[in-house]
Amino acid sequence: MQGNRVIGEAAIRAGCRFYAGYPITPQNELTEYMADNMRRVKDGTFIQAESEIAAINMVLGAAAAGARAMTSSSSPGISLKQEGISSLAADELPAVIVNIMRGGPGLGNILPSQGDYFQATRGGGHGDYRTVVLAPASVQELADLTMDAFDLADRYRNPVLILADGMMGQMSEPVEFSEPAPREYPECYVLNGMGKGKSKFIRGLILDAIRMEEHNWKLYRKYQVITQKEVRFETFWTDDAEILIVAYGTAARIAKGAIKRSREMGIPVGLIRPITLWPFPTEVIRSFAERVENFLVFEMNTGQMVEDVQLALGGIGKVQFYGRPGGVIPTPAELAKVIAYHVRKK
Amino acid sequence: MIRKTIFAGFGGQGVLMMGYIYAHAVMNEGYHVTYLPSYGVEVRGGTANCTVAVSDEEIASPIASEPDYLVVMNKPSLYTYQNRVAPQGSIFLNSSIIDTSPTRKDLNIHAVPAGDMAGQLGNPRVLNIVMMGSFIKKTGLITPEAFLKGLKQILGEKKKSAMEINRKAFAAGYELQI
Repeated sequence: MQGNRVIGEAAIRAGCRFYAGYPITPQNELTEYMADNMRRVKDGTFIQAESEIAAINMVLGAAAAGARAMTSSSSPGISLKQEGISSLAADELPAVIVNIMRGGPGLGNILPSQGDYFQATRGGGHGDYRTVVLAPASVQELADLTMDAFDLADRYRNPVLILADGMMGQMSEPVEFSEPAPREYPECYVLNGMGKGKSKFIRGLILDAIRMEEHNWKLYRKYQVITQKEVRFETFWTDDAEILIVAYGTAARIAKGAIKRSREMGIPVGLIRPITLWPFPTEVIRSFAERVENFLVFEMNTGQMVEDVQLALGGIGKVQFYGRPGGVIPTPAELAKVIAYHVRKK
Repeated sequence: MIRKTIFAGFGGQGVLMMGYIYAHAVMNEGYHVTYLPSYGVEVRGGTANCTVAVSDEEIASPIASEPDYLVVMNKPSLYTYQNRVAPQGSIFLNSSIIDTSPTRKDLNIHAVPAGDMAGQLGNPRVLNIVMMGSFIKKTGLITPEAFLKGLKQILGEKKKSAMEINRKAFAAGYELQI
């Protein structure tokens, strides 16, 4: 099944009942799938919005009303959604946003790229906030992480971003959908009428400085909890590795291919694959530095996650970078040559 | 074991369908498989292509820089992709409209007059399935029954009536001596 459609199916199975979107390649099949399949479920709503901005604000409204809500787009469209994502974070509302990245900046092109790492992991919009960022590397993981994204969004009342690229969205692979966990969330915020209780309100405009500061620290404490509890990563062939590649998503897949080739040539190389880009597996990478000196960060951009790896290592070890931006997808053979080059140089 | 195939031709020749059915069929047989279509800035009458990777282990890249097999339905696709085929690889070409030979001499060339054969069967649209008949026979990775099962699943209930002509087309390609 195709990656884009898998996200849609996983979302519906996870209880997503509101989707608003605006077409953009290479994520169109997701919007199409939702148009076709939201009517399958009771209370399902699909809206093709008049713009990306409208779509994210519709999602904000649906989230405030208690729905599991999702929107999706690709890089330029995600830029347009940032104001709404910032508001979701300020309002502490759960929502899932899918970014099937393409080449940039600007309108760029429609090919797979990882140029939006900074935007995704630094919040993206204005203000002092973070979004949980999940980076799937296979169609199966698209399904699993989409379901998890809704749970994480509910658990922390925070927007969750699924960051994949055009290749993940367009590619088909076999997939098995797991049974989603029942939804658990604090209904206290849901704007469904006050009933006999107190009146409810959700707001992102806090004019008083002290109250705003309190709100910022409250969010900060929440992000600290997420950082402690939700880090996810995969390691591959790291046990005896003398050089470690750090890569995520499509780049991590290519890295695995390159590692297999390198191992056949006797080069002891392994992979650390962050699955959550925020929170970043800082501690994991730092602990590897106790016995591995050489790190090679591989991204389909000109060097973004490499800064997080350098921060994690704090000056210990050597960090090299290899990147192919603009929609170029390097081959495992190409990366294997880069690995061999760095090993020789060492 | 990993086998990568590029399918390429004009939009409308069923190029993506060939790859998709093949991917589906090998999935049923328990292989790891990726299917990656060309997408986006395509135009009607322009070129279409897709890549299918089949392996008995996890697949790193769904892209084929050196495909083992190339299936080309028109001349421009032959020119575009022939130099990428891995040494000792194979090219399957639709000889009904490709009137030139590949310049590569180290490859196995299988000329299948898929367009003409489909026409003789009474439905020129099934040229892609004729081609797949020959492809499945020569590559030998899956049985014809496995392919037809995949085909049936993709066509689904809606196009049940189309199954008969497709079955004939597949058999014609499979039985062709090339």
